[in-house]
Amino acid sequence: MTVLRKDLLLELRTFETVPAMILFSIVTFVIFHFGLNQATIDGQLAGGVLTVTLLFAAMLGVNRLFVAEREQGGFDAFLLAPVDRSAMLIAKASALFAFLVVLEVVAVPAFGLLLLGPSLGPPLPGLIAVLALADVALAVIGTLVSAIAVNTRARDLVGPVIGLPLLIPALIATARAAAPLLAVHGSGAPPGKWVAVLALYDLVFALLAYAVFDFLLED
Amino acid sequence: MTYGRGLRGLSLATAATISLALGLVFFYAPLDADQGFVQKIFYIHVPLAIVSLCGFILGGLLAIGYLRTGERQWDIRSYVAIHMSLIFGIAGLITGSIWAKASWGHWWVWNEPTLVSFLIVLLLYATYQPLRFAIEDPERQSRYASVFAVTAGAFVPLNFIAVRLAQQYVHPRILTLSGGNLPGSMRLTFLVSLLGIALLFVTLWKYELAAKNTRAQIRALRRSLLGEESVRPLGRSAAPS
Repeated sequence: MTVLRKDLLLELRTFETVPAMILFSIVTFVIFHFGLNQATIDGQLAGGVLTVTLLFAAMLGVNRLFVAEREQGGFDAFLLAPVDRSAMLIAKASALFAFLVVLEVVAVPAFGLLLLGPSLGPPLPGLIAVLALADVALAVIGTLVSAIAVNTRARDLVGPVIGLPLLIPALIATARAAAPLLAVHGSGAPPGKWVAVLALYDLVFALLAYAVFDFLLED
Repeated sequence: MTYGRGLRGLSLATAATISLALGLVFFYAPLDADQGFVQKIFYIHVPLAIVSLCGFILGGLLAIGYLRTGERQWDIRSYVAIHMSLIFGIAGLITGSIWAKASWGHWWVWNEPTLVSFLIVLLLYATYQPLRFAIEDPERQSRYASVFAVTAGAFVPLNFIAVRLAQQYVHPRILTLSGGNLPGSMRLTFLVSLLGIALLFVTLWKYELAAKNTRAQIRALRRSLLGEESVRPLGRSAAPS
């Protein structure tokens, strides 16, 4: 809890990571507009663009996640503290989750304004559910990968290179679940199959990260 | 640890099984009705792919051994298993590509779940060696690589579920719960090939382990006989030693 509070406070004070992620995602929407040369998009294309943009924006946050710990010896301080080591995983994943939620609060309406053809209103509850599940996946895998990468040389490279293939199933499920929501005559509810896949993915990797995370901290 | 024990018998068994498999492939199994001769690559391609996926999962299980005990032997076993699986996997991908070109007309088919999920798994494991190489401290290298191997080992089946759901089937199902749709003679040939490739994997794995162990023993002996300076320090490497 304290680690989570510290991370959120640090972000509030320095205002470093989240604004960069937001700016990155908005710029990416503009880039997609020119890259695809389309004024509006919908359906599968919209789901894919939104998911890929959020995925890459999340990678920015992942790279920054443990930088303060590494530079200022936070790992040693944490290991000296009389708490369970998994607390670090839970705190960091929660912090990343919070960053992603803030990012989406800005980026999704911006996406609706800039690129999306159909109105964002009706599918919003379904989209929130899908994105929340996707954020859990991003937060868990992001934290795990960031903890692996932070102690390597060339850590900015190792993180995304391992993280992106690991996140491909989550990307598939999110993009597929979001596609009918963002279609022109879309349904209000996301397809159950893909939500189930995403939930299964979250569950498996949350348990797995919980099991292996201890080994990344001991020194 | 003596990995050399039983290696000769195992090598002979491997050679015999693979020869038998090749004999069956060329002289016993019937020609496929619509694909003809090219379909025979299936007896190499599918076992390679299956064995490499099992090898990746084996690497994850062996890595659990390292995380539980902290003995470097387990890390070396896991490393060699993943290393071998990568080689088998790339061979499987190439043979699969040849088969796809011959039977579907394209080197690469995106709407093909088995192919795509296999590529994703290979891309993930392609980062295993760069990850090891990026960590200098050998003990930490083993630990982080083991965490990676466990995570990626669990990722393999999950990835297949996700990608398989995403697309329709073009790829022929070989091993289904109902026993597949292979005629008996093809089935026998396939199973013998699978056994042959699996034996090849185990044999190569044991050879590599024996070689690594012998090298480490020689270094230790030389160091104790000739003194510390006579042995050059190992360069930084992705492989555990």
